[in-house]
Amino acid sequence: MELAFIIEKFVLVTVIFLISLTVAAYSTLAERKIAGYLQDRVGPNRAGPGGMFQPLADGLKMFFKEEIIPTDSSKALFILGPSLALLTSLIGSAVIPWGESIQIADRLVSLQIADVNVGILYIFGVVSLGVYGIMIGGWASNNKFSLMGAIRAASQSISYEIPMGLSIIALLMATNTLSMKEIAEQQHGMNWNIFYQPLGFIIFMVCSFAETNRTPFDLPECETELVGGYHTEYSGFKMGAFMFAEYLNMFLASAVMSTLYFGGYNYPGMDWVNSMLGPLFGPLVGMAVLLLKIFAFIFFFMWVRWTVPRFRYDQLMNLGWKVLIPLAIANIVITGIVITIFDKL
Amino acid sequence: MSISLFYFVAFLSIFFALMVIFAKNPVHSVLYLIVTFFTFTIHYILLNAQFLAIVNFIVYMGAIMVLFLFVLMLLNLNEGSVGSKSNLLKMIGVIAGMCLIITLVGSARVLNASEPLVLQTQDLGLVKNLGKVLFSKFLLPFEISSILLLSAMVGAVLLAKKDIKRV
Repeated sequence: MELAFIIEKFVLVTVIFLISLTVAAYSTLAERKIAGYLQDRVGPNRAGPGGMFQPLADGLKMFFKEEIIPTDSSKALFILGPSLALLTSLIGSAVIPWGESIQIADRLVSLQIADVNVGILYIFGVVSLGVYGIMIGGWASNNKFSLMGAIRAASQSISYEIPMGLSIIALLMATNTLSMKEIAEQQHGMNWNIFYQPLGFIIFMVCSFAETNRTPFDLPECETELVGGYHTEYSGFKMGAFMFAEYLNMFLASAVMSTLYFGGYNYPGMDWVNSMLGPLFGPLVGMAVLLLKIFAFIFFFMWVRWTVPRFRYDQLMNLGWKVLIPLAIANIVITGIVITIFDKL
Repeated sequence: MSISLFYFVAFLSIFFALMVIFAKNPVHSVLYLIVTFFTFTIHYILLNAQFLAIVNFIVYMGAIMVLFLFVLMLLNLNEGSVGSKSNLLKMIGVIAGMCLIITLVGSARVLNASEPLVLQTQDLGLVKNLGKVLFSKFLLPFEISSILLLSAMVGAVLLAKKDIKRV
């Protein structure tokens, strides 16, 4: 391995890491601002112009709060829980193609950290691992409300992983590849997968809401029934880590949805822009477009949160098993039939 | 480099597998088992079988072990609740342990190093090749195992129903 390669990847990892953290931090502010807007009030506006420094103040507050570890909890696991939640939400962005390769001097630098040829499955694996942080944290707290939250999270995530996987299978049939890079390249210009897989996208999106524990699927942290849910016993920065992991997951889910279904870094007229700006700045515009799509999805997540009320538990399970799984299987069958017909023509 | 990496990961696998047995708390035991499965994933990646690695990751670590953990958390077993074993159980344990030692010693006597595995083609474990082999050479076993899984699923649903007549 040459030195330039290592430096290039190191810089890319750092940049993606910083972007993820910044977006997650400002998502907390955006959530409160949007909630304020939807409920016809102002939202946070004291720290800095328009509340710009609110995330900073919130972070500082989290750091300076007292960290309490309950006496009866198992201490190692109590600390492992939030750490694992944060870790799994950060490693997912490694396979997202953030843009086309940019050319610096004579070097072609790929804007993807790792082009794994089973990229989608890697994301799927990371998502399925994400529940461990919540489960371990909830169990280690030694509190019945936390345990209930943890168990809800586990059963919800297992139930919704199945339709998610099935909707990905239909996407694979349409794209013929598992690599995120190739999927992004296939959607050049306006040739986005959403036009081929509209039903698959809807199923995938509903499942992403469930996997990231967002309203209307946020039963693991249902305040009215469970005090606080899986993080009842947490305080200070460990509580902050759980909250931050949720926003990071939202960022990752938005990035995955944009890349798989909404063209990733592709936009209409990109060839013209690329030829005007050259091989260094053209792909950066693509990256900006991808980030805009991600922000649009994050806004959608928040919009839904303040629009749709929380489901009851049986409604959640019914939706997962009796509606989404049959729909996803029907989607696979329809995709198969359509592909066969088009091949024969 | 690859060989020493293999030995390191193999050591980790055996270490965590032993920790599964030696951990007093059942939940810790399951967590060690998850780590053991993770080391298996690394083994698959070292063998260039990326698809198998990621499927092992998703199915075993992400789904089956979550269910294990789920059940154990509900059972709420603690270190004290297991209780002391009766004398009969202890005797059986001693005999089983002796048998294991005899087997291990016997197998150690005929131990010889196997030929190192050489991959014919580097992209042997990729999804495309795996799919082609599964749907041509091993089509019958593949389909039969899928029917087996389906029947197991139907059976599980049937067992979970409380009253079959009312269905």
